[in-house]
Amino acid sequence: MTNDFRLDLAKDLVIALEQGNEIETEKLLDKLAGYKASELFQEVGQLTRQLHDSMAGFSLDSKITSMTENDIPDAKERLQYVITMTEQAANQTLNAVEELLPVSKTLNEQAEALSEKWERFLDREMPFEEFKSMSAEITLHFSQSRGSLIQVEKGLNDILMAQGFQDITGQIIKRVIDLVQDLELSMVELIRLAGDASKHEEGKAKEPDLPGPVVPGVDDKVGDVASNQDDVDDLLSSLGF
Amino acid sequence: MKILVVDDFSTMRRIVKNLLRDLGFTNTVEADDGKTALPILEAGGIDFLVTDWNMPGMTGIDLLKAVRANPDLVDLPVLMVTAEAKREQIIMAAQAGVNGYVIKPFTAATLKEKIEKVFERIDG
Repeated sequence: MTNDFRLDLAKDLVIALEQGNEIETEKLLDKLAGYKASELFQEVGQLTRQLHDSMAGFSLDSKITSMTENDIPDAKERLQYVITMTEQAANQTLNAVEELLPVSKTLNEQAEALSEKWERFLDREMPFEEFKSMSAEITLHFSQSRGSLIQVEKGLNDILMAQGFQDITGQIIKRVIDLVQDLELSMVELIRLAGDASKHEEGKAKEPDLPGPVVPGVDDKVGDVASNQDDVDDLLSSLGF
Repeated sequence: MKILVVDDFSTMRRIVKNLLRDLGFTNTVEADDGKTALPILEAGGIDFLVTDWNMPGMTGIDLLKAVRANPDLVDLPVLMVTAEAKREQIIMAAQAGVNGYVIKPFTAATLKEKIEKVFERIDG
């Protein structure tokens, strides 16, 4: 809208106001406002197109597309696997504890009852018949103790092995943290590019890390990983191990 | 029999140490990566090395290569216990001269079997 045109409109508006012509005044005001709005829309439209172009140009040759398409869904599955692993470890530990507590309680009760009898025997307050039955109880207690202690040992080993989750989940979480960091950098880059499309640079690919723990359903899709110890053994024996 | 256990996660070192004790190996030393492990190995007296792969500083595979490159350590039995499960990595470890390869998570029985196998091969 040229200045002359706006000046003409303004003059017409002053005349209409002086004449007290309400209808003409409204019409002219609408006209002025309408021109202003359409200019604004045009500018917003231009900005939107610029932003869109910057984003499209950026995502074509950067990691952000692959991140949103692959890495983020992968990260979700990885974290889900962390939940599964920690849950398994917690259950394995709790199962062992729940199994062992009654074992320990029974042994304790037996020992307590026997020690009471033993005291009476030492104080020579025990008739021979009762001594004979106590001897049998002691023999039974010894054999039960041995079985129970083997059970305790096995349970403690189960608890020990359950703690392996900390290593695996730690490695997985560390990788997801790295991904979040990468994503953050890419977002910063995106914002920078959106602000100044001319400074477009290609994102530098990060040095590939060690692949780390295999998350089922994420890392074993291509078939280039050993999914269990048997796979490892087969591969090694095929190499002459 | 003195065993060096190398892993950057202390929980895993404790697990391996406990399992080894259960198998009758009570004399163990720990290190948290290849860099700290190598001087211990070079100082002598270690009969068996159990190492993780992915560690900061110096990885297990580099430690294995350094061990095999050292005339004093060239015959040291090395068991790798790692979460790295890519076929190419297992092959790489085999080529670097590893004596056994266990992937995490593992069972007590697996570790026992692999350790026994390593010693069988050495004794036989």
